[in-house]
Amino acid sequence: MVKDYVKKPKVMAKDVNLYYGDFHALKGITLSMEENTVVALIGPSGCGKSTFLRCFNRMNDLIPSTRITGYVMVDGKDINDRSMNVDELRKNIGMVFQKPNPFPKSIFENVAYGLRVNGVKEAKFIEERVERSLKQSALWEEVKDKLKKSAFELSGGQQQRLCIARALAIEPSVLLMDEPASALDPISTAKIEELIYELKNQYTIIIVTHNMQQAGRVSDKTAFFYMGELIECDDTKTMFTNPKHTRTQNYITGRFG
Amino acid sequence: MKTSFQRFIEKFVEGLLFLSGTITSFAVILIVLFLFKEGWGLFNETPVEKGSVIALNKSNPVQELTAQQIKNIFDRKITNWKEVGGNKDSIIVFSVNDISNYYSDAELGDSLQFVPQRISELMGKKTGIIAFFPTEYISKNFQGRILAMKKVTLTGFIKDKEWFPTAQPAAQLGILPLILGTLWVSLVAILIALPFGLATAVYIAEIADARVGKILKPVIELLAGIPSVVYGFFGLIVIVPLVQKTFNLPVGETGLSGSLVLAIMALPTIITISEDAIRNTPRAMKEASLALGATHWQTIYKVIVPYSISGISAATILGIGRAMGETMAVLMVTGNAAIIPHSILVPMRTIPATIAAELGESAHGGLHYKALFALGCVLFVMTLVINLTVDLISARRKYSK
Repeated sequence: MVKDYVKKPKVMAKDVNLYYGDFHALKGITLSMEENTVVALIGPSGCGKSTFLRCFNRMNDLIPSTRITGYVMVDGKDINDRSMNVDELRKNIGMVFQKPNPFPKSIFENVAYGLRVNGVKEAKFIEERVERSLKQSALWEEVKDKLKKSAFELSGGQQQRLCIARALAIEPSVLLMDEPASALDPISTAKIEELIYELKNQYTIIIVTHNMQQAGRVSDKTAFFYMGELIECDDTKTMFTNPKHTRTQNYITGRFG
Repeated sequence: MKTSFQRFIEKFVEGLLFLSGTITSFAVILIVLFLFKEGWGLFNETPVEKGSVIALNKSNPVQELTAQQIKNIFDRKITNWKEVGGNKDSIIVFSVNDISNYYSDAELGDSLQFVPQRISELMGKKTGIIAFFPTEYISKNFQGRILAMKKVTLTGFIKDKEWFPTAQPAAQLGILPLILGTLWVSLVAILIALPFGLATAVYIAEIADARVGKILKPVIELLAGIPSVVYGFFGLIVIVPLVQKTFNLPVGETGLSGSLVLAIMALPTIITISEDAIRNTPRAMKEASLALGATHWQTIYKVIVPYSISGISAATILGIGRAMGETMAVLMVTGNAAIIPHSILVPMRTIPATIAAELGESAHGGLHYKALFALGCVLFVMTLVINLTVDLISARRKYSK
């Protein structure tokens, strides 16, 4: 435990309040995450965990009339600061969404997209990076012969791994995953979980999940959200065996939510 | 439990719906059949109106003449039979009114009762004569030969370059200038409307503040509600002089004026449909792009526009369809000259404008009348092709999703 505090936090939220118009969606959240760890955000639907996740790459900006107070820090920089270039920030923070959302382009172009929009022109570099990302996301063997085919021809699980490869291609340091396996079958889910486990070595991963077992399997730390508040955050093992709050215990054991 | 009365009502409503559906479909099919029946009648006609004939001297070897040749002969552009495949003999053009040049009033009789006889005489005497006169003047043992006329053909109808359906003695029924006029005016209209429409659609759907969009959209939809004659009026007063001044033309009523008016008229269609298509781009798709560090503009042209491209092309094609069928505004501003256009800056005549302008003055069931119906069929086929293209594109769109 002591060692953990020595580590400099990679991502940190301090007193974050977020409002959708009049609705107070996040209430004073303070949470920090070290490099190369997986943090799972759990809680019942509508508790604000996805909203919190989207604070880290400022995706909430897209929703009109949102207001945020407090600090969200990535690598020690306040990302809501005016000097922050939001496109640069998002390059550094990859995101995988709940439902697979490949672009209506070929498999290759899907992965290359992030590079292309960031001004990479060198064809050889792009090719190498696409191959590496697809290998990282364990999709290469399945798609290497049909890179020119439309991404829509892949199965749901493959599409989701493609979306992960797409996020990895621009080498972010943080990976945000919003229920990445909720729309997938058990086999694809297992593959994604395996993948998360491997990616941990290079990335800081924040994952939102509804699946308690999944949170238990993949994460180092777990944070439990309820009604826009962070109830409890601890090592996953502690959390699942010995939660401090009864509400957390009730949720984890399936008594509500 | 349903009572038998409820069941009866259900059946009754079902029957009513079935009936109205059947009647409507039947009516539509009947309308199309009627259109084609009337239009097809044209190809059983000769270019010479019923009740009149063209006659030659019996020794003249020419068997058939096209409407074009007849026109040129009567316009004195062809003056020798050699030019139309006959003997070397100069052509003498004769129509009923010319009879007094050959015979005195006494010879024609007090009540012109000898006219048929005199015509017959004249036909026998002059070897180079070509005469055009009403059938009632054909006398017994007529000494000339009545020229057999070729029927109007479909290829001639579409390929001939002259539209002069009331020409005497032979109507000129070539709709090529009308087809080209229609295509020129509508295509240029789309070329003008598409960039503006697309830009507006992207602006409203993606860039504009929600409040601005809320004001802008109804205003654009209002454009669709303005009657076309009002657009025509606006075009006549504003656009026609503008075009004339800008390009320093003798007349401002040109294809371009029509295209500009049509472009304004097609804008609401293009904007609303492409805006819908753009809005239908899943939010997840936009977010995925933005989350990869793409700017808003990159997201628009790399993800949103490609994603909605089929919707945008459907909008374009519907816009063309609207432009092609538009009648009143075009009739008012394009100048209506039925000539083959070689540039957009000359007066043009479109198919719908022709029908609207001429149907009132054509005799019911006559040659001109049938020609206009055939023209309607051509327009119908053109718009049908466009609608089928839209169907094809939207079918492909569903498949790709």
